[in-house]
Amino acid sequence: MNNPFMPHEAEVIARHDETADLFSLQLRFTDPLIHSQYRFVPGQFNMLYLPGMSEVPISIVSDPDDVHIIDHTIRKVGSVTSNLGRLQVGDRLGLRGPYGRGWPVVDAENTDLVIVTGGLGCAPSVSLIEYVLRRQARYGRIHIIQGVKHSSDFIWRERYDLWRQYPNVEVWLTADTGDTLWPERLGPVTQFFDQLDIDPKQTSVMMCGPEGMMKAVVHDMQQRAVPGKRIWFSMERNMHCALGSCGRCQLGAKFVCKDGPVFNYDELAPYWGHKGV
Amino acid sequence: MNRQRFLPGERFQSLIDQLKSAGYDVVGPQVRDHAIVFDALAKVDQLPIGITDEQAPGRYRLEKSESRRCFDWATGAQAIKPMTFVARETLWQSERLPDGSLTFHETLVKTRPTAIIGVRACDLAALSIHDHHFMRGAHPDPLYSQRRQSLFLIAVHCMRSAATCFCTATGDGPRARSGYDLALSELDEGFILEAHTGRGLDIIVQLGIDEATVEQIERADAGIGQAAKQQQRILPVGPLQEKLVSAVEHPRWQTLNDRCLSCGNCTAVCPTCFCQTHVDEISLDGQQTSHIRQWESCFNPDHSHIHGIVIRSERAHRYRQWLTHKFGTWEEQFGRSGCVGCGRCITWCPVGIDVTEELAVLCKGLVNE
Amino acid sequence: MNNALPKPRVAVHKFSSCDGCQLAFLNLGERLLSLAETVDILHFAEAGPIDEGAMVDIAFVEGSVATSRDAERLKRIRENSRYVITIGACATAGGIQALRNMHDSGEWLAGIYAQPGYLDLLPESSPIARIIKVDLELWGCPVNGEQVLAVTRALLVGHMPHVDQNAVCMECKRQHVVCVMVSQGKPCMGPVTQTGCGAICPKMQRDCYACFGPAIQANVSALSTHFAANGMLAREIAQRLLFINNQAEPFLGSGIQWQSQAAPNPTSSPGIK
Repeated sequence: MNNPFMPHEAEVIARHDETADLFSLQLRFTDPLIHSQYRFVPGQFNMLYLPGMSEVPISIVSDPDDVHIIDHTIRKVGSVTSNLGRLQVGDRLGLRGPYGRGWPVVDAENTDLVIVTGGLGCAPSVSLIEYVLRRQARYGRIHIIQGVKHSSDFIWRERYDLWRQYPNVEVWLTADTGDTLWPERLGPVTQFFDQLDIDPKQTSVMMCGPEGMMKAVVHDMQQRAVPGKRIWFSMERNMHCALGSCGRCQLGAKFVCKDGPVFNYDELAPYWGHKGV
Repeated sequence: MNRQRFLPGERFQSLIDQLKSAGYDVVGPQVRDHAIVFDALAKVDQLPIGITDEQAPGRYRLEKSESRRCFDWATGAQAIKPMTFVARETLWQSERLPDGSLTFHETLVKTRPTAIIGVRACDLAALSIHDHHFMRGAHPDPLYSQRRQSLFLIAVHCMRSAATCFCTATGDGPRARSGYDLALSELDEGFILEAHTGRGLDIIVQLGIDEATVEQIERADAGIGQAAKQQQRILPVGPLQEKLVSAVEHPRWQTLNDRCLSCGNCTAVCPTCFCQTHVDEISLDGQQTSHIRQWESCFNPDHSHIHGIVIRSERAHRYRQWLTHKFGTWEEQFGRSGCVGCGRCITWCPVGIDVTEELAVLCKGLVNE
Repeated sequence: MNNALPKPRVAVHKFSSCDGCQLAFLNLGERLLSLAETVDILHFAEAGPIDEGAMVDIAFVEGSVATSRDAERLKRIRENSRYVITIGACATAGGIQALRNMHDSGEWLAGIYAQPGYLDLLPESSPIARIIKVDLELWGCPVNGEQVLAVTRALLVGHMPHVDQNAVCMECKRQHVVCVMVSQGKPCMGPVTQTGCGAICPKMQRDCYACFGPAIQANVSALSTHFAANGMLAREIAQRLLFINNQAEPFLGSGIQWQSQAAPNPTSSPGIK
């Protein structure tokens, strides 16, 4: 029987430093057969492994139609991710995936999109935005809302500037606190919602970020009568085996690694907003 | 032919021998370190003959029983969980070659056909849940599956309940209903054997024994009925998922924060708990690693750790997670409660926290204490 | 690791201690020799090499800080080392010798030594982390050599390992050790004690006496209340807590509370603060 826990060897094809603690890796399975059979959807994740360290779940940011490219954008938050940050082109590591349920990109077709991101370098939402902008004909108006703690945290300015130039796309940026040169707004992401011209029956909300922010967005969108099944978020939990076996990522009756990480509000409503669930 | 046969007590060794000659390693209950545990069984006198267990919250003692029976006890320190979901095992290994490349090797499990004598109804129900968890998902677990498929199971219908048993409340016992090859009912003079599978029947046929009498069968049924009647602990009427999930802010959890040791004993003795952690072991020269899976518990803060944050940071959160999952959200995941009523979590909690008591309070709704 | 690269450098330093943790290292025998092939051990007085001032990648520190000279030496070790790892109860929590922290040690010295002026003794025995920044703490009296080895290997591949701080109970269960508390009524400290020892005492049918220090979020209050309800005297409970890891919280706070509830002991030494 094939051992689903076992990674396969992969090679670093390219690497790029985004900021001091954020970097991107492009990976390829060294076995061409495994590489050619690899398919994913935005919002799914891979497990990356460095020998002697634990595996880490990292979301995939490349476009699923670029079948030969597996891109990850990774923040150095611990020992393993810091070591991943030291990898150079040609270095080998372990890779298995893709895992989980990604964004409802098909389900959301023909609706307006509100994509809200809190914090910086939120890879799952960046991959989602790139995905829908490349297939803009399938979607209605696209509202991109990004909030950061401090204006200096804001990265990928060029990407946002580019996105702003698309027709039917609005980009709203805000920082909790900002220096004097910050050209955007100050305050929470929810401040923009009054200006959002959306039809609640024809809108899909997708978000990624701190749970506190997501709570506020859910609350606001519910006030606007957006149905819970159209409010989606990517949850962060301790995804450890990625196969729904080890139990570490459980959230209520869900295994975040296989039932998520993307959920709609109705699925998680019973557990929503309680500390330590 | 599925009639019940009678094996005289003095011929029990022939069952062990028959299993061996059919190619099985035989495992059975025996006394070790003041408890009944499963271990390799060669001779009938290794069984806990004339031994019974006295169980209470936080307490387990073995005593002389009034009979000379082999299975006059309720539950041992563990179900058969360690034989399928192994406490610590290598999942795979990796090796860094001198050219910098990395290879991965599957771990091969060496199994031998193994017959386990003395599996209780609750333990069988738990095994069936684990089969669902480890073998029926999108990614069947090769190590579990291989071990599971090597087992030949000989159930024993319970004729005695410990004070902590509540399998009648979960509907899983005291009579074993499915998932076994052979079942035994123990009477003072011997055993009634019934086969549930063809290979179980083969063993009975080879023993060349007579049918059990109607009186013997009735006496066995009465014994099983008596085990059911002895049980005192009950559960709130289910399903419990909605009740427990909506009790998320119940003040009772805070009292558990004070009482619970967060030691994880309840989860380790629970025959259905499946949580695990995967850790790496590095060889002396640093070039090989073993990726090891070991039992873990939702009572460990590490369990819900994500880069710098522990989601269930308080003991009360973790007790709530365990109880809500076991008796509540398990229903959505597995189509039934995660509890089989074996009572081990009550007995083996060092400070004797009783889940049935906690559930009674929590499922009554919010009360001001 | 490429053989052309210089080998990582390691030192083992000793402070106030019985040397038992260094011995636990030495008892690794052949495996220590294998490790020695992948690193340069520059200072390890118990084993031979002496170069106390060496610049190293990993400095293991055994023992507690008991004299003012210790504190100075320790600061130099910190300056000379990339990682400082404490090994054992003395280095990590002050050790058994920190029992004097709860007493007037000056009075003790005067009672024992003819000329206590020759002694340069700090009023308290302190864990290393009270004086310098420590990167990783390994507990135990003595440490588990296997654990030290595992940590070393992880650091050598560049990984800061995670030390399991959960209770001993899980290790007992993984090794199929029957709980001595539930099956025999022994006052086992396992539920509040950090794992890492390999559950050696319960494996020998003994109750754990907490030599690996407190487990993470140990509920000492619940366990000690349970001991009391089962007939243990307040004094006995206090002794159980104020033992090898007497300076580690929550053992210290809870131990002092039980001590204050204990009936006065006529044989106890004078000078309790």
